[in-house]
Amino acid sequence: MSIFSKLKGMAAIRGELNELGIDPFDIKIDKIITPTEGIVQGRHTILAGTNNYLGLTFDRQCIEETHKALEHEGTGTTGSRMANGSYSGHRKLEEELAAFYGKKEGIVFSTGYLANLGMLSTLAGPDDTVLLDTDCHASIYDGLRLGGAKAVRFRHNNIENLVKRMERLGEKAKETLIVVEGLYSMLGDRALLKEIVEVKKEYGGYLMVDEAHSLGVMGDRGCGLAEELNLLDDIDFIIGTFSKSLGGTGGFCVSDHPEMELIRYSSRPYVFTASPAPATIAATRQALKALEAGTHLRKRLKENSERLHNGLSDLGFTLAAPASPVIAVVFNGKMEALQFWNDLMHLGIYVNLMFPPATPKGLYLIRCSVSAAHTTEQIDTIINAFAELQLGLTNSAVVHGN
Amino acid sequence: MLEYQRILAVITSGLKARTKGRFEINENTDLANQLNLDSIQAMELLLDVEDQLDVSIPVSVLSNVKTVKELVLAILNITRGEE
Repeated sequence: MSIFSKLKGMAAIRGELNELGIDPFDIKIDKIITPTEGIVQGRHTILAGTNNYLGLTFDRQCIEETHKALEHEGTGTTGSRMANGSYSGHRKLEEELAAFYGKKEGIVFSTGYLANLGMLSTLAGPDDTVLLDTDCHASIYDGLRLGGAKAVRFRHNNIENLVKRMERLGEKAKETLIVVEGLYSMLGDRALLKEIVEVKKEYGGYLMVDEAHSLGVMGDRGCGLAEELNLLDDIDFIIGTFSKSLGGTGGFCVSDHPEMELIRYSSRPYVFTASPAPATIAATRQALKALEAGTHLRKRLKENSERLHNGLSDLGFTLAAPASPVIAVVFNGKMEALQFWNDLMHLGIYVNLMFPPATPKGLYLIRCSVSAAHTTEQIDTIINAFAELQLGLTNSAVVHGN
Repeated sequence: MLEYQRILAVITSGLKARTKGRFEINENTDLANQLNLDSIQAMELLLDVEDQLDVSIPVSVLSNVKTVKELVLAILNITRGEE
């Protein structure tokens, strides 16, 4: 036994991948060309696994704002938000995010992971019960662990399961926090948010929605699923990230609760880390404007998502959910998914390979993330690559119908 | 009140189903080391147990248990706390 013994499971996984010579978890993008193209493994590659939903990473105005901030405010803040790390841009972005959602308060965190960690560890302590959907992101689990909350899971999107847990809580249901996501990142399916809001209305409690993958994607103004379903007023805490549709890094929470200011000062992941660099804040502020005005981008994203979803579905692939910018293709097992992923790389297509325990239900997934910046030709190239490789899967349950 | 034996029976049958009957399971069985149960599988087991016993179990219950017996006792504690 040594301090490293606990890593033997990981060592076995790494060893197996090394032996195969396929390593989806150690990809280096040698050169990034556009939001949807790069040079990977020496090949010109279409990037379809980047969460860059609106393609804003190369937006001209965002880059210009970044340059200005870099020139005038320097490379970094060198401090915590609570000490020297809050510049005027940080506070302005918080106000702009709050206004965007029609909420009173906003807090900016250094990453999306830290936004969940910071909010949940502060809101929910050892005396609090939090009900979370089983498919919630690791940052939600980790935040609840950090705060020592009683985290009780309910089956994914299973309203009956949620109701049962609320009923068991009795009077305490009024104090509980329910946590769900807008668009679940593994399977690409949406929360049954209307039904969950109904549960909250009947039993009481608070509701947090992580819109990491739905920000910029859903709703007329791009606020996310809550806006699309006209439920923004029913959500107590909305979490989001800058690192997907906004093309930067950072995270946030907006809320109408006046206690947000106290949460800010009590939140260890807010206090004990350096604040985002001024250039990141400047880029994000500009990206938020582009996102809000980006109805054309959302339209384009929807068209691209539907084209890829229909294309793969027509080929007979098993897709985990209806069309969204997250399109998860279900494979029969580890080796099949690994081989297919590797063959896609050789055809110049980069997508994400997702294995348990990161995936629900022990699924092996190839996850495509679609961008508004993908051209129709790129989408068709991806579909054609899947079609070409499908021939090697003829005995597989993946292919049914052709 | 839910009794020790009842909880033990539910957990044992849940574990047998999840490990496809490949292991002999008793109170001293080590969940991670003998059954190779990872954190996700352990949480899935909890969902089944919650349904069958009609009780909510926080996932943190898993962080301090190694054996089947320890898990049964931890769940027994929770059910008693609720009653």
